[in-house]
Amino acid sequence: MREEIIVSGRNNYLIDPHLHIWHWQIPLYLFLGGLAAGILFFAAFFTLMGKEDKYKAAVKIAPHIVPWILVIGLFALLLDLKHKLYFWRLYTTIRLESPMSWGAWVLMLVTPLSFIWSAIHIKEIFPKWNWKFKILTDLETFLIKQKTPIAWVMGISSIILGVYTGILFSAFNARPLWNTSILGPLFLASGLSAGAAVIMLFATKHKERTMFARIDIGIIAVELFLIIHMFMGFLASTQVQIDAAGLFLGGPWTAPFWIFVVILGMIVPVFLEVLELRKFKIPVVIPAGLVLFGSLMLRFLISYAGQESRWLY
Amino acid sequence: MTSRRDFIRISGLGVGGLAVSATGYGLYRDLAKSPLKGSELSVDTTRTPTYCEICFWKCAGWVYKNEEGKIWKIIGNDEDQHSNGRFCPRGTGGPGMYFDEDRLKTPLIRTEARGKQVFREASWDEALDFIAEKMKGIAEEHGPECTALLTHGSGGKYFGDLIKAFGSGSIAAPSYAQCRGPREVAYYTTFGEGVGSPERTDIRDTKCLVLIGSHLGENMHNGQVQEMSDAIDKGAVIITVDPRFSIAASKSKYWLPIKPATDLALLLAWIHVIIEEEWYDKEYVAKYTFGFEQLKDHVKQMTPEWAYGITTLAPDLIRKSAKEMANAAPAVIIHPGRHVTWYGDDTQRSRAMAILNALLGSWGRRGGFYNPETVAVPSWPHPPFPEPKRTWRDAFPGQYNLAYETIASGICDATIPALSRACNFKAWIVNGTNLLKTIPNSKKVLEAIHELELLVVIDTMPMEITGWADVVLPECTYLERYDTIRDSPHRKPAIALRMPATEPLYNTKPAYWIAKELANKMGLGEYFSWNTIEEMLDWQLKQLGSSLEEMQRIGVKTFERSYDDLYFQPEQEMEFDTNTGKIELYSTALAAEGFDPLPKYTPHEEPPQGFYRLNYGRAPMHTFSRTANNALLKDLMEENAAWINPKVAGEWGIKNGQYIWLENQDGVRSSFPIKARVTERIRWDSVFMVHGFGHTNKKLSRAYGKGASDSELITKVLTDPIMGGTGMRGNFVTFKFEPKEEEAAS
Amino acid sequence: MRYAMAIDTRKCVGCSDCVVACQTENNVPIGYCRDWVVEVTDGTYPQLELENRSERCNHCANSPCVRCCPTGASHYADGGIVLVAHNKCIGCGACITSCPYDARYSHPDGYVDKCTFCIHRIKKGLEPACVAACPTKCMYFGDLDDPKSPVSEVLKVRKYKTLIPEAGTDPQLYFLI
Repeated sequence: MREEIIVSGRNNYLIDPHLHIWHWQIPLYLFLGGLAAGILFFAAFFTLMGKEDKYKAAVKIAPHIVPWILVIGLFALLLDLKHKLYFWRLYTTIRLESPMSWGAWVLMLVTPLSFIWSAIHIKEIFPKWNWKFKILTDLETFLIKQKTPIAWVMGISSIILGVYTGILFSAFNARPLWNTSILGPLFLASGLSAGAAVIMLFATKHKERTMFARIDIGIIAVELFLIIHMFMGFLASTQVQIDAAGLFLGGPWTAPFWIFVVILGMIVPVFLEVLELRKFKIPVVIPAGLVLFGSLMLRFLISYAGQESRWLY
Repeated sequence: MTSRRDFIRISGLGVGGLAVSATGYGLYRDLAKSPLKGSELSVDTTRTPTYCEICFWKCAGWVYKNEEGKIWKIIGNDEDQHSNGRFCPRGTGGPGMYFDEDRLKTPLIRTEARGKQVFREASWDEALDFIAEKMKGIAEEHGPECTALLTHGSGGKYFGDLIKAFGSGSIAAPSYAQCRGPREVAYYTTFGEGVGSPERTDIRDTKCLVLIGSHLGENMHNGQVQEMSDAIDKGAVIITVDPRFSIAASKSKYWLPIKPATDLALLLAWIHVIIEEEWYDKEYVAKYTFGFEQLKDHVKQMTPEWAYGITTLAPDLIRKSAKEMANAAPAVIIHPGRHVTWYGDDTQRSRAMAILNALLGSWGRRGGFYNPETVAVPSWPHPPFPEPKRTWRDAFPGQYNLAYETIASGICDATIPALSRACNFKAWIVNGTNLLKTIPNSKKVLEAIHELELLVVIDTMPMEITGWADVVLPECTYLERYDTIRDSPHRKPAIALRMPATEPLYNTKPAYWIAKELANKMGLGEYFSWNTIEEMLDWQLKQLGSSLEEMQRIGVKTFERSYDDLYFQPEQEMEFDTNTGKIELYSTALAAEGFDPLPKYTPHEEPPQGFYRLNYGRAPMHTFSRTANNALLKDLMEENAAWINPKVAGEWGIKNGQYIWLENQDGVRSSFPIKARVTERIRWDSVFMVHGFGHTNKKLSRAYGKGASDSELITKVLTDPIMGGTGMRGNFVTFKFEPKEEEAAS
Repeated sequence: MRYAMAIDTRKCVGCSDCVVACQTENNVPIGYCRDWVVEVTDGTYPQLELENRSERCNHCANSPCVRCCPTGASHYADGGIVLVAHNKCIGCGACITSCPYDARYSHPDGYVDKCTFCIHRIKKGLEPACVAACPTKCMYFGDLDDPKSPVSEVLKVRKYKTLIPEAGTDPQLYFLI
């Protein structure tokens, strides 16, 4: 029998008895970031494909919520900081080895871009919008002409944004549950799937809705494949990874993960969307809502469970 | 011929301290001092010297203050032989004592019945007048001999002088009969000298350290733990005899997991082996000892096989460990231990250990026991103390003749009226000791307290004993006061100064001030005729060739030995302060009092079915019950735990970390629950817990209710007939899962 | 110059003096600690073994906390000591999450704090507070690039280990066994 105890009474706030330094702010931000990435990616992609008008919801409607969800996400991040007055330090340096630094700069790029995209499409939802100042009207005209380069930049940066939310975690090798390179693609896929779900909600034309339903089904299939792959990887890895995987395979987080994330968040929506494609009438709110819920829960669970996984003691 | 006997009588080493004149001790030479490591002085703004008061080791150190003049940190004085520049965690945590907001702040006088703990604040004048009145009244009605001082703090010297001036000779420290008394008597009757404090063990040069139940490492005797570490570096062997796997046991070559209460059998078997195999130091024994043949005869039948049946230790383990000791001799120490009041036959057990030391020739040899020397600090001149007509001894006629210090528990017993006695103690002054967690069988202590006409408690913290006082006087902490010059014995005679680092907080005062003011009010001012404490200390230091100014600068001054050598010299004729003038393996003093001159093994009571022996001990972060409220130390350990063997825990369904109550054989249940630590480190017939927790005084905001108190479970006392020591390890506990229904009296 | 510390587990008794000394020296708030003591017991009574370790930030040579800090507040100072610049720290907690030894904590003032090898003392030629206070003298500190420093000397002659070397951080806290 091995007895390992700390005899000097360590009880550091947020560290003991196990790490719990990141609370709801971080998973919320990651979800919103992933969602934004998904929406912006589809907007850019279909713009570059020249299918702007065919997929109007994707390109012209859904992106309007992105600036605001990014603002909410950034605000949540600010709330999480413990030394808030110094947040501007993030923008005094680029640290290539720190995914958090990437994130800070990518957001610096994506947020204005999303405002610009929303601004140049403002007349889709407010047809009588008036910029009031000549300089703004001129700017709008100029930017509409630059749509293609903007779409390119937005597309690439939205992928970086989507992947970075996962890489952020996977760079922390001290938390074995996160230390897998699958987390990046998984979070990207989850973000794209959430974006597709929101676009489905906004889509008015049947064709667009079915297109995105198909996209969503495809992405969820990829997600499920990645999840299975992730667990296979953990179980074939070192003891700390096996223990980490155990959190979801019989440990305290088993039920929430498989029920909320996999079944309710992935399998049921796929099933419903397949039915939809088979011409059954399903109110779109249900599968879309479930996908969003699953995406959010994925981030919450990975964040909380990951902080429980550890190397020592 | 060098006579330690004369030296002891002159220097008062270990025998209650006699006042000595200064002449003859003015010779000294400064040691070459090594320069301070690095440049601490340039780092820190101000530092003042002190010696620590948290335990009794009295390590000398420096108190540093930060730029704002607030106490910052405490580190050791490199010149100090006790600490060698390194303090233990309690000493380092000293600032916590100073900053403790639960400290006693102002004098208090009781307004309701004793025990209700209702006080009103009073001025110093009022409080001291109250005490002076009462004391005078008691002296008139019963006689000044009916007052006693119970002390375990540096202030004891001043209050002791006060009590002696008043006319009483009853001054007791619980560290005698509740702690090291049996070993002092045992070593006195064997070697003619006690072990002393700090113990005269030459651990840093020993080749074999044998610990009988002593848990050095958890027991944080600073100097000894340091020397044990040095010994480990030099490749010394440690042998630990303990039913628990202590830290010392984990560093031992041989750990003897002995059945509790059977140590005497092991010691006698060791003596048998060492004599039969002729591994003892023949020359030393022939030259210095008396009674070898009687000893040899006495242990003839006490073979390791016999001991095996009693101790459950394998015979060849007993032989191997004995051989290890013999190989190392004379650089071997059978450590006398410190708190040795266990089963009531403790003087005899300590005798067996002393005999073993004598056989191996370690007494007075390098790596064994050295000859300590003290600086005799002269007393400020005062009129002679009146001769008390009665002392505590008169309460126990014919008993405890060999106890040369006052028995605190005896004073307690002699406070309760009895038909056999003409008078009882009527007043106690208690300084720096939380009697209710110190003297076992607290029910009896409370009974005694109820009989008192006056109980004065002088303390820094609102410990449990303060709740029962008539007058509570707040003493400032050691960081805020001057005190007597430290003159503890060591390899080289040395003195240390305690000076205040800062002004006393709140309305607290130092002990010397309290004693002097009280003396003035009682008409005894001539015994404290110095004007300021600085004047007194400076006078004392000048007699020793130093000065207050010098000591404030250096903190510790070490002198060269002037009397004899650190160890016995070969070819040296020695006379020991015993009846025969030799080391008495066969004790004539014990025989004269009617006790066994050679130790015998007697079996002790074993725990009944479902009960486990209550074993208690120390943790290195805490001292007694003193430090449980210290914020820095509570951060390290805020409660104790009951160590339970996994087999036992399995039987009872107790999980690690579960809170349970302990109930002893007399039906006393612990007031608070204690966390269970299920660990392999404890034997299946015992339970271990650290002493000093389970505080019931709500004023100790951090310590109240944390952990459980072992003291309240120690209701059966096994009294040592030889010197009155109170054996505390004869109590057994069982596990309960809810608190007792009726309210427990605090 | 590479500073490192070695702890002799044979001599450590688990007294936690290192914890209190650090707390007073560095004004660590009550309830927090920069170093701690671990006790490991193996076996079944009476065949038992015990090890004591005084642990703290390992000042890793390949530290994930420096790598992941988005503002550069976590950085390498002289001799490889890992420090946090309080005025650059935003309190995001990335470094806390990235430390496999759980050595960092969030200071009440907002920034992230941890053991600094008492760099303010080293600069003046002193040892870290814990090393200077330890009563068993079981702690050794110094420059690994100096063959005469206490830590170099002791690592030459004793068997040692580090904690979870497989985490890949190259820790500079050695335990003599």
